[in-house]
Amino acid sequence: MARNPFRSEAEAYRFLLLTVGYFALIVAAAAIATWLGVAVFVALTAAAVGLWMRSRSEEPVQRTSVARVGGEGERRILVIANETVGGEELLAIIRRKAEGVQVHVLVVCPALNSQLRTWASDEDGARAAAQSRLDASLAQLERDGVHAEGAVGDGDPLQAIEDALRTFGADEIVISTHPEGRSHWLERNVVGAARDRFDVPITHVVVDLGASAS
Amino acid sequence: MSAHADTHHGPPIANKSSRVDASVLGMFLFIASEAMLFGAFFTAYFFVRVVNPEAQAWPLEPFHLPVFVAGVNTVVLVTSSFTMHWALQSIKRGNRAGLKAGLVLTLMMGVAFLLTQMLEYARIGFNPSDGAFGTIFFGLTGLHGAHVFIGLTLLAVATVRAFRGHYTPEHHHGVEIPGIYWHFVDVMWIVVYATIYLL
Repeated sequence: MARNPFRSEAEAYRFLLLTVGYFALIVAAAAIATWLGVAVFVALTAAAVGLWMRSRSEEPVQRTSVARVGGEGERRILVIANETVGGEELLAIIRRKAEGVQVHVLVVCPALNSQLRTWASDEDGARAAAQSRLDASLAQLERDGVHAEGAVGDGDPLQAIEDALRTFGADEIVISTHPEGRSHWLERNVVGAARDRFDVPITHVVVDLGASAS
Repeated sequence: MSAHADTHHGPPIANKSSRVDASVLGMFLFIASEAMLFGAFFTAYFFVRVVNPEAQAWPLEPFHLPVFVAGVNTVVLVTSSFTMHWALQSIKRGNRAGLKAGLVLTLMMGVAFLLTQMLEYARIGFNPSDGAFGTIFFGLTGLHGAHVFIGLTLLAVATVRAFRGHYTPEHHHGVEIPGIYWHFVDVMWIVVYATIYLL
């Protein structure tokens, strides 16, 4: 199966051969009976889409190595959290990691948005909500004596991490999620994917906002 | 960020926020624009077919398409993709003679395809002003012909460079890109031929 027929000549050539076969079968079936041609068209198209989606999921993960920045003895921690950004468990972890070392913390809050709004570039609301949660979290960290910077990031947490790493160069990443069963990020295996993709130690913190409130 | 400033000199590393690599994105945009261009013509073509549901045979009288000649032309064009692929595989193995022969054969078959299409236009018996079908037939095949002409121009440049001693097993981008384009042109012809002439 040609993964991306326009990435190399060999892939384009393979794609051409597949196209020839695809149309040859449809034309042959249509010559027998029109309904058979339609059936073959539907079946082959479904098979092609299925194979293409499977080949996409099997593509090897490109590992991103993170360049070390910052001074000697300084520990740089990148925190990725959205609704759980003000959670007590997360703040406790950051406080603990900040004890006794010179720490530089960047909290990134992905601007979660619906797919429709993302396509329509309607991100103002999502960014404002993320900024509001981020401000509250940074204020809490400041009260606890941890100086942290903050930024609103891409709605895709993995992309938000990658964007942040390009300028921040973290020694460690902390990903905060809701507990299993309530977390979209865990359902999408964001933590596992981040471990596969980024060449940095990753700590996963589960924040149970319901338990904290009660 | 002060520590960062202490250790990093020069401009900051480019922050690529897009989830798609720039070159891949560019190619996707190109493909999307081409798909929309051809898609517009195919939409018009299928519209004409749909509004003529009483037609027992397609195309309607008095239009007759030279299916056999176009089929031979299709074989010529698909074969030119084989020779294009051979040319690139040859230079990857350091075979310069194979590269030159492959490119020349591809170029010749591309020219043969275009000349045959011109002859077909001259003898087909209708012209673009003969109703919606005539307009769309010449529009679609002519649009494809224009792509073949662009491909031939790229191939001609690659061929001249090959004869001047350019390209090595490590550096053959100037053959690879026209090759991708040429296969794309062939794929589009398969779609056009199957749709217009056969189905």
